[in-house]
Amino acid sequence: MPEGYFGQYATIGIFVFVGVALVFGTLQLARLVRPNVPSYEKSTTYESGIDPIGEGWSQSNVRYYIFALLFVVFDVEAVFLFPWAIVFERLGTQALVEMVIFIGILAIALLYAIKKKVLEWL
Amino acid sequence: MFDITLATWQILVIKIIVILTVVPVGALVGGYAEHKVMAHLQHRLGPMYPGGFHGWATTLADGIKFLYKEDIIPAAADRKVFSLAPAAIMVPIIMTYLVIPIDRALIVEDLDVGIFYLLAVGSLSTIGLLMAGWSSANKYALIGALRSAAQLIAYELPIVLAAVVVAMLAGSLSLIDIVETQNWPFAIWPPGIGFIAFLLFTVGAVAEMTRVPFDMPVAESEIITGPFTEYSGMRYIFAHMFAEMGHMVAFGGIGATLFLGGYQPIVPIPFLDFIPGVIWFSAKTMFMIFLFLWIRPTFPRVREDQLQKFAWKFLIPVGLALVLVTGAWVLYV
Repeated sequence: MPEGYFGQYATIGIFVFVGVALVFGTLQLARLVRPNVPSYEKSTTYESGIDPIGEGWSQSNVRYYIFALLFVVFDVEAVFLFPWAIVFERLGTQALVEMVIFIGILAIALLYAIKKKVLEWL
Repeated sequence: MFDITLATWQILVIKIIVILTVVPVGALVGGYAEHKVMAHLQHRLGPMYPGGFHGWATTLADGIKFLYKEDIIPAAADRKVFSLAPAAIMVPIIMTYLVIPIDRALIVEDLDVGIFYLLAVGSLSTIGLLMAGWSSANKYALIGALRSAAQLIAYELPIVLAAVVVAMLAGSLSLIDIVETQNWPFAIWPPGIGFIAFLLFTVGAVAEMTRVPFDMPVAESEIITGPFTEYSGMRYIFAHMFAEMGHMVAFGGIGATLFLGGYQPIVPIPFLDFIPGVIWFSAKTMFMIFLFLWIRPTFPRVREDQLQKFAWKFLIPVGLALVLVTGAWVLYV
């Protein structure tokens, strides 16, 4: 392996490159062997056999923007949790109490969201 | 004995080749296992003909069949995004295999931030699903993509919290360190704590793979195959089948590594050391995959609102409480 901090990320780079090559290589291989007989019927939008009505990009109700907001909150929390999880054993009780307070505040936020009934998928 | 010295780049090439062979082979075996395990759980035989012996070549034949299928891109679709989406779904799944330790030495790169990398890369597929759903210009696909996005973000958090618990118990984010600290697998030893984390992980993993009972995004009886409705041929394989199987094997490996002791023997008896780590790892991964397959014919599909409620009002509070309980356990017990 390439050594050191940047070496590790170089490995990730190589791996991603090989992964992308694998996917696109297979798609190219398929292009060589598959038939290509386009027709109008084939390229219409599929709506269970009925002619499509209106556009596919129709207005839809994004019901979960509150869920998405909460997700950001808890995902950012995870960013704080991981470094803490590694070192809290050395810092002792103080670190644990701090995390109890931190998670307590988040839990109250979640409880508030539940009480406000924003976590209902209508 | 042999005394071979290899340059570091040669070792890297060998490792990458091995791991990238594991991905498709794992997916093929996983697909076959799915056919067979489900069939036998439902008192059927499943595929019996391809390859002769118990239909072992079924998934291989399926893959070759899909290679020869026409690639249809609907006229209304956004061509570029539509054709890139399968890669955007598949590549992150391949990337997760980078840090899974198959054996003490057989890991492409033992990152210091292993778990964190897994979680970060694992959430990238959501973008691919949204790309697929939106670019198809199809109502089923759009609904499916929105559902998958909502589901993937909701069930990512239980997995994150379970991973935090593991990191706290091991005191490290490196997957090799995590395996080495498990004299007893985490699912067994801190009694209760590890097992609850394991359950959180398993439920979250099934939902992340959008498998039954959490398969609302691809519910065939109402929205065909959700975001993949318009896909055909090899692109469909990458977007859906290969991705789902690759995901399943990856989650099996991650579960085996984090909770079942990875390449270590299941119980710390020196006598068991003669069995190589690869075998232990494969056995545990297959056990995890069997769990995922077992869940499928057992439970009915969960409705979309029940699904969200279950994640936000039950799994996440349990996960948060578990993190604190684990903290107390590590410090005082």
